[in-house]
Amino acid sequence: MELTGAEIVVRCLQEEGVEHLFGYPGGAVLYIYDAIYSQDKVEHILVRHEQAAVHAADAYSRSTEKVGVCLVTSGPGVTNAVTGIATAYMDSIPMVILSGQVPTHAIGEDAFQECDTVGITRPCVKHNFLVKDVKDLAATIKKAFHIAASGRPGPVLVDIPKDVSRNKCRFDYPKSVSMRSYNPVTRGHQGQLKKAVSLLLGAERPMIYTGGGVILANAAPELNRMVDLLGFPVTNTLMGLGGYRASDPKFVGMPGMHGTYEANMAMQHCDVLIAVGARFDDRVIGNPKHFAQNPRKIVHIDIDPSSISKRVKVDVPIVGDVRETLIELTTMLEDGLAAGQKQNTLGLEAWWKQIAEWRRKDCLKYKGSDEVIKPQFVVEKLWEVTGGDAFVTSDVGQHQMFAAQFYRFDKPRRWINSGGLGTMGVGLPYAMGVLKAHPEAQVACVTGEGSIQMCIQELSTCKQYGLPVKIVNLNNRYLGMVRQWQEIEYGSRYSQSYMDALPDFVALAEAYGHVGIRVEKPADVEPALRDAFGKYKDRLVFLDFITDQTENVWPMVQGGKGLTEMLLGAEDL
Amino acid sequence: MRHIVSILIENEAGALSRVVGLFSARGYNIETLTVAPTEDKSLSRMTIVTSGSDEVIEQITKQLNRLIDVVKVVDLTESPYNERELMLIKVRATGKEREEMKRMTDIFRGRIIDVSEKTYTIELTGDGGKLDAFIDALDRASILETVRTGSSGIARGERVLKV
Repeated sequence: MELTGAEIVVRCLQEEGVEHLFGYPGGAVLYIYDAIYSQDKVEHILVRHEQAAVHAADAYSRSTEKVGVCLVTSGPGVTNAVTGIATAYMDSIPMVILSGQVPTHAIGEDAFQECDTVGITRPCVKHNFLVKDVKDLAATIKKAFHIAASGRPGPVLVDIPKDVSRNKCRFDYPKSVSMRSYNPVTRGHQGQLKKAVSLLLGAERPMIYTGGGVILANAAPELNRMVDLLGFPVTNTLMGLGGYRASDPKFVGMPGMHGTYEANMAMQHCDVLIAVGARFDDRVIGNPKHFAQNPRKIVHIDIDPSSISKRVKVDVPIVGDVRETLIELTTMLEDGLAAGQKQNTLGLEAWWKQIAEWRRKDCLKYKGSDEVIKPQFVVEKLWEVTGGDAFVTSDVGQHQMFAAQFYRFDKPRRWINSGGLGTMGVGLPYAMGVLKAHPEAQVACVTGEGSIQMCIQELSTCKQYGLPVKIVNLNNRYLGMVRQWQEIEYGSRYSQSYMDALPDFVALAEAYGHVGIRVEKPADVEPALRDAFGKYKDRLVFLDFITDQTENVWPMVQGGKGLTEMLLGAEDL
Repeated sequence: MRHIVSILIENEAGALSRVVGLFSARGYNIETLTVAPTEDKSLSRMTIVTSGSDEVIEQITKQLNRLIDVVKVVDLTESPYNERELMLIKVRATGKEREEMKRMTDIFRGRIIDVSEKTYTIELTGDGGKLDAFIDALDRASILETVRTGSSGIARGERVLKV
């Protein structure tokens, strides 16, 4: 039997096990929406802006291990989606974006709602396709899912002209994909693994540094096993939080621009550094020349060869799937220890002593207050009230750093944020995506009054689908991170970082049919959070915390500085 | 350092723009670029002349390999290779210049492929340096038009770039 292209799209999604599809209709995708209408296996979630559809699908993927899927129309539908696609691309999130396109005969004629989708998205997708013939549609969608989820994951876009979704052909979903040009390496090189084993076992001052690759490869259990076997200190980047359990003393906190003193010092002063699924990003190691000043041996495990020796030259490159490689490496380490190879225990003991000394700086300490709400205090209370077990999404800015520093993640895929692109406005749509994947979970969106307004319209989507997001708005009436940089680097000239004329967020939440609570006193923080997760468990609650306007995120490594050139507080300015 | 990167890529619509887009997005330099289908019509062979430090060239080859359509990438300059570029050059050829142009063409082992009352069109192949030398040997005022293909390269000996 022949199906229309639109029916084929829906059947492909069903074959891929897709249960949720985030999207927004428009002229070029109406056949596809018609095909969605007459089935109930794939639930469509109607957002209020295409950007949010992509973010929600992105978070759906981040919080599970599935491929996130969204559907947008041609022209403005696609251009609105670009921010979301670029966000997912920078963090290597597996996604498939289906976009409508004007009919094939109209392409290039500046038709209504036409844009060069493949051209516009090319630099921010892992790959993209324009399907010109309905006969190629099923095989292309199969390829898109395969490419998105394999190797270093990423978003893949499939552009579908309107006539292709109307035309008919036989539906035949390929069982597998074979591409001569795309065969990611999964198994690490044996010789390199052996070198890594001998470096790790002989290390005097070892350091384990892991990133988002561990989360994406579902390798957290394997990482925990290896760290526990070796007894080494470990740091997780912003993208890698939850890769190793933060409650264990071997966890020294996050590294980087707003990382802990002990993590940054250990990164700089170790003699053997093993990087796992991390990419020596500028926000993590600061100035690469300064970083390279200290001699150390570096082992780097990554699925993507181009991430290796990009900013920092490494000694033992291992290209492979992070999970498989960690399993293999840990087995080799166990075998080595069983065969009588010894760790440098004396060296390790001294190293841990040194780390304990760095820890005593207590670099995350902040001055509490009975008068004004400290943003760090809100995150600490959020951790307590949720038992440390919530999914926390965030936007971008000071609140993001406070959440990363003070919500101690013990599990992977619980911390959902835009690390690479740093996209303000992701928090609320991220929370929607997480809740569609985990309807029973506690989901908090830690945000600020600047970021939340960038996708505030999604309060309406949350109402329509009954998504009980707890919005933790750290409202300091400033674009806090901009204000912080202006204070430190621009002579306290607060150019355009004060936000006047803010809406009454409580009334706004209520206008959308939600619960709004304003909190102005530190003593009211915990009760408000308890109400949000208790009494109003099933409602969206907008908690508007009026916080200290002058609080800054410490420690801080200023742009271009070395990792150990940290400012620990205002006294260092 | 000058490098010649050879690429085998799926002969798909838009494949070229993926490569060119990668170079501009990451700030790599393209001196010349040539591309055409191979004997297997499903593949295109591209030759890019670029320059950069060893680290930059390593990143270029790694980034090219990340492109889904790219089948194989080699840096030809890592071992012996042959390189040729084709130039067509239209020159003024009147009076005694006419004989002089013919002589220069012979010296450089070029061929005159079109003749008019006042002009010659000369075909010349060689590496870039030879073509530059030919241009330098002519009186600038006599050059009416030049068109160059950019370099194509192939490894010496038995090394081949194939699927």
